[in-house]
Amino acid sequence: MEKETCTFSFCQKPEVIEVETDLLLIGGGMACCGAAFEAARWATPKGLKVTMVDKAATDRSGAVAMGLSAINTYLGENKCADYVKYVRADLMGIVREDLIYDLGRHVDDSVWLFEEWGLPIWKKADDGFSLDGFQARDAGKAMLKDGGTPVRSGKWQIMINGESYKVVVSEAAEAALEVNRKATGVAQNHYERVFIVKLYKDANDPNRVAAAAGFSVRENKIYLFKAKAMINAAGGAVNCFRPRSVAEGQGRAWYPVWNSGSGYALGMQAGAELTLMENRFVPARFKDGYGPVGAWFLFFKAKATNALGEDYCVGENFEETKKLYSPYAEKMGTAIRNHMMMMDMKKGKGPIWMNTHHAMAELATKMDAKRIKHLEAEAWEDFLDMAIGQAGLWACKNVEPDKEPSEIMPTEPYLLGSHAGCAGFWCSGPGDIPGTPKEWFWGYNRMSTVKGLFMAGDVVGASGHKFSSGSHAEGRIAAKAAIALILDEPNFKPTITKTNDEISGELYLPYEVFEKYKVYSTDPLINPNYIRPKMLQARLQKISDEYFGGISTWYMTSKTMLTEGLKLLEVLKEDANKMAAGNLHELMRCWENYHRILSVEAHARHILFREESRYPGYYYRGDFLAIDDKNWKCFVNSTYDAEKNTWELKKVPYVEIFA
Amino acid sequence: MPSFVITEKCDGCKAQDKTACQYICPNDLMALDRSIMKAYNQEAEQCWECYNCVKICPQQAIEVRAYQDFAPLGGNVIPMRGTDSIMWTVKFRNGSLKRFKFPIRTTPEGSIDPYAGKPEADFSKIKSSGFFNAPAKAE
Repeated sequence: MEKETCTFSFCQKPEVIEVETDLLLIGGGMACCGAAFEAARWATPKGLKVTMVDKAATDRSGAVAMGLSAINTYLGENKCADYVKYVRADLMGIVREDLIYDLGRHVDDSVWLFEEWGLPIWKKADDGFSLDGFQARDAGKAMLKDGGTPVRSGKWQIMINGESYKVVVSEAAEAALEVNRKATGVAQNHYERVFIVKLYKDANDPNRVAAAAGFSVRENKIYLFKAKAMINAAGGAVNCFRPRSVAEGQGRAWYPVWNSGSGYALGMQAGAELTLMENRFVPARFKDGYGPVGAWFLFFKAKATNALGEDYCVGENFEETKKLYSPYAEKMGTAIRNHMMMMDMKKGKGPIWMNTHHAMAELATKMDAKRIKHLEAEAWEDFLDMAIGQAGLWACKNVEPDKEPSEIMPTEPYLLGSHAGCAGFWCSGPGDIPGTPKEWFWGYNRMSTVKGLFMAGDVVGASGHKFSSGSHAEGRIAAKAAIALILDEPNFKPTITKTNDEISGELYLPYEVFEKYKVYSTDPLINPNYIRPKMLQARLQKISDEYFGGISTWYMTSKTMLTEGLKLLEVLKEDANKMAAGNLHELMRCWENYHRILSVEAHARHILFREESRYPGYYYRGDFLAIDDKNWKCFVNSTYDAEKNTWELKKVPYVEIFA
Repeated sequence: MPSFVITEKCDGCKAQDKTACQYICPNDLMALDRSIMKAYNQEAEQCWECYNCVKICPQQAIEVRAYQDFAPLGGNVIPMRGTDSIMWTVKFRNGSLKRFKFPIRTTPEGSIDPYAGKPEADFSKIKSSGFFNAPAKAE
């Protein structure tokens, strides 16, 4: 088929706004908010400019937009080395221990800042029960940084009243950006509703990033940011596999539905090396509403059972699991528990129940009426803070959690690196942790293999279980290192070879294609000359689901299935040249789905390369069903050459730092 | 659970340059029909039901109707977000009601002064661990 190009013969040519800055923050979630706070303090006295670009409104953007009921990484009384071991066990033995240790030793300061800025944190009362953020304040309980005792739901987790978590964190970040803006005398350094599509390399240094291009989703404007360094924290990938709910319910993704793989696609296209992209996360959550289970398991001590009331992680299931997955089975990580849950589901022993009613009854035996009422509110708040739809589903189904159990189920797969997953980029570590291989440090912490391109949050690979607080802290780590690079090389001037017209033509191509062909058919939705973003996404989801181990095959795939699926994906990538957008909103959807395609391709190629089933319960290679530590206890790294459309994959040795 | 706009209550945020719901939606779903000056959710299947449009609407014109893929009719969840707390009303299909009130922040909105009382950055430590305001945890 003939390739489409955009010459602005059909669609309106946008104005190009060029912005020159020193440090560009791509994204406005927890990681970039942390980066803004840290970067502005280092940059401002040196006269360096910090700029944030967010595709949404930063008050409510990113994965914490709705709120959260817990902070899942707060070390407090725990040791950093134990944090490393916990993350390693849950991620099946292969992680970057230098990055995780580094995260662990920094994360608490971000939590202390959140509390100082106004986030209400639960505290333990003198009688051992919990106080919400207001009760704790009124009872004169100390702040965490002054030795206050949080309410721990698990060893690493603390409970919060987190409806406005993101609003609070964003307010601090925006205030920090404003300090920098005033000092550097620029008119604007915070851009909302600008969607970054692509990064460009430097004209003089082919391995250095120089610019980021995106467009406004509100007006006909292209933005070209030239920067000496960038932090990419544009999030993981959601709805790239066919979800369990395929109509309007597909919006109720477990991870934020707007995380479209942009974080992966931006770095990949710039040639940054990826690691562990075969990893995915398949959370077992409350069925359909995808409400969180953490507080139910850890705080309320609820038990999940099969429909016969049996624990599915013991007996025959456990013995069978050990045969394939020992010694990981014994560690009972999230993937392994998923695996055994599905063993029972396949035997017809579902539904799987979260026995909320038993847990509440047990807790109530130790409580008076007032405390029982507080307990009920705590249970509802868990959903109302962070998965309101689950509360709505309970209301629609007349479910009261103290009276009856609720069904849980493994979801469709997600690609991410800050929650219980570790797919992302291969980044420099801090370099000062004894036992780290020297090649894991190349000068600047959290810098990718592309000079000047730093990563934070979901897109840093091999370092999961950061969650909200860890992402904020990681943004700060990356920001400090990025400022160090900028100061080290004051004479670098980012320059690109592409002209503004070429960039505009590239970004606005789906607009041009639509305008060119839309009158050919009477219904612009059905037209042989182009593909609309919804159908692009539907096709991607179908390929991923059927060939790459989605829900329809119980997460099962193999060399032959992956190979066939990748062929179909290649053709879909070609068809992306004919994406069509009727307006700016659809233009964003087109590019988001292109980012999803690239993220999925990396995922599938990594699964194909790794000839074992490293993450049972998340995916299986039917042709290599076991874990094979002898051959595969290593990282898989890859690089994508966007110009040639070629991939290189390799094994990289895993090194245990904390025995 | 897609959000929807109640025709009678929405005033299109009158004279403002954009509606509050358009401003806040993290997924760019809310649009304004200029012919009737009313907002609407343009892509229900992309709605995460984060309720940010519901919470921000000055007219309380936005509610959420549960995803019909899996939710029976008749229940709903209504927030009233104040400056320091949020009130929730949960209405069940069978008509029963529950109300909850939770803290949302302990400081006044807009009061954060990010660097007040914080040290300046020490550039001799820019390549060591730790942040500008605090060293890394020792172990």
